Amino acid sequence: MKIDAKGLNYRELNERIHDAVSKGVDEIDLVNVLGQRYIGTGLDREVTLNIYGTPGSDLGAFMDGPKINVFGSGQDDIGNTMNSGSIVIHGDAGNVVGLSMRTGKIFVKGSVGYRAGIHMKAYQDQCPVMVVGGKAGDFLGEYMAGGKLILLGIFKKEKDQVAGRYIATGMHGGVIYIRGGVNKNQVGRDVAVEEVTDEEKAEIRGEIEEFCRHFGITRIDDIMASPFVRLSPKSSRPYGKLYAY
Amino acid sequence: MFKRHESKDISGCAVVGIMNEKGKTMRGDVITNAIAVMHERSNGLGGGFAAYGIYPEFKDYYAFHIMFEDEGVKDEVETFLQDNMVLVKSEAIPVRKKMSLMNTPILWRYFLEVPKSKIPSGFSEEDFVVSVVMRINIRFNGAFVFSSGKNMGIFKGLGYPEDVSRFFRLEEYEGYLWTAHGRFPTNTPGWWGGAHPFGLLDWAVVHNGEISSYGINKRYLEMFGYECTLMTDTEVIVYMLDLLLRKHNLPQDIALTALAPPFWKEIDEMDKNKKEAMTALRMVYGSALLNGPFSIIISSSNSMIGMTDRIMLRPMVVARKQDTVYMSSEESAIREVCQDPDEVWSPQGGEPVYARLEEKA
Repeated sequence: MKIDAKGLNYRELNERIHDAVSKGVDEIDLVNVLGQRYIGTGLDREVTLNIYGTPGSDLGAFMDGPKINVFGSGQDDIGNTMNSGSIVIHGDAGNVVGLSMRTGKIFVKGSVGYRAGIHMKAYQDQCPVMVVGGKAGDFLGEYMAGGKLILLGIFKKEKDQVAGRYIATGMHGGVIYIRGGVNKNQVGRDVAVEEVTDEEKAEIRGEIEEFCRHFGITRIDDIMASPFVRLSPKSSRPYGKLYAY
Repeated sequence: MFKRHESKDISGCAVVGIMNEKGKTMRGDVITNAIAVMHERSNGLGGGFAAYGIYPEFKDYYAFHIMFEDEGVKDEVETFLQDNMVLVKSEAIPVRKKMSLMNTPILWRYFLEVPKSKIPSGFSEEDFVVSVVMRINIRFNGAFVFSSGKNMGIFKGLGYPEDVSRFFRLEEYEGYLWTAHGRFPTNTPGWWGGAHPFGLLDWAVVHNGEISSYGINKRYLEMFGYECTLMTDTEVIVYMLDLLLRKHNLPQDIALTALAPPFWKEIDEMDKNKKEAMTALRMVYGSALLNGPFSIIISSSNSMIGMTDRIMLRPMVVARKQDTVYMSSEESAIREVCQDPDEVWSPQGGEPVYARLEEKA
């Protein structure tokens, strides 16, 4: 089924999506999307939404199951507290992607803005995953509490650094993998930066293969051949004593 | 006009700027369509536009846009203007009569010249104009000069930006540089004078965010004769730019660095020369630093500058299509008026992005 979003207010568009999903539609093409917020919010089935255009902020917020494909770029707060499902962005994403996501997967072909993966979390076997093909702005993985964040730096300008400043500030759980490497002064305090061994690379290969599949990338062996670093918290309460003097 | 709204909501404002670097003009409905995409970022308590190149037939005169509470104060201000400047033309700002916005004041515009004899020694013509604006805003209760540049104008009011645009019939104006703002006031009242853009001479600023350092900035500016009267923090950015760029003659990039300087931690890692320069800048202009979250677009007759706070607590997206540069809170607003930009990117926090009018050969 297809919905033409041209000129539709975000409420009307989301009502039409919810109506269709409640009637049992499994796949919806949304065309001419421009700035409408909250697309996919509150959906709790494995429906597929194919978005053509530029969806507004809070795409997929609080969703539980849908597969969202964006053929364009996304804005801010993508996947806000999403519970499960996947979001695949064929362009770039704005700031605060995947904030507090609990499970599910986000794949961004291009770059992400500031604070990607802020406060991602995990519980037992539930573990959110985000893979970014380009570069990331400052505060990548800020206050990260769980989950897996993989930054590949493939689609970026030569001169650009793969990640910005203050990476993993306040990180107390989860793990960040960065292809290439980062300087110590880019990374927050109390975060360990280590080379990734070949065995560990094998463990993240599955996620990177999935990323490549989404975007038709075939040079996976080249990507995997590069060095990666792993960022993880040195303790689960890095700031536990901050105010206890 | 000055009725206060006490409710406090939390959200973001919207900003957009469009500039053609070759000076090619576009109608006001272009930027109106862009800002309207971000309707949800405002709440109807303020919308406004700055437009450059719109008064070519009066380009050598200062165009004052003034809002008045009543005819009485209008008469008083007009007498004051006639005592201090030469009045070339005076007329109502055209509005759509069938539309009504809340608490609409009397909206009037004046094209003015400065008689050389009136300028005190040691003052420039622009200093004199600034002092006239300040005197009107302070002395005349119920009158505010909201635009005072040459060949440019600010149009703003209490409403959603697209409604304010229709109200002022902006589709009838042609400008090469437009900025727009949709307001969602959080800490200060929503009223006509508090809508953005804020302007002084040909500077105009639209701002999403809040300036936590307002008190420090305001007191610093008062030492140089600037009076903050509009009950909105954004006002300090305009006066700060006037002070740093026009009065202190700092180059643009240095002035902007003073507003959003590198952190001390970063300065510590710089080479000796840069470290000394940045340390000096932060010492001398410590009170010019804008703290808190912001995303701003600064415009003047020859440039448009976009910048966010140093840690990007408010968004900014920039795009270019040939000679036209777009800046916006959200990419969707740009795509509404430019489907196929050559380049779209998000600048770093604290990093200014410039669009500049090409010098005419």
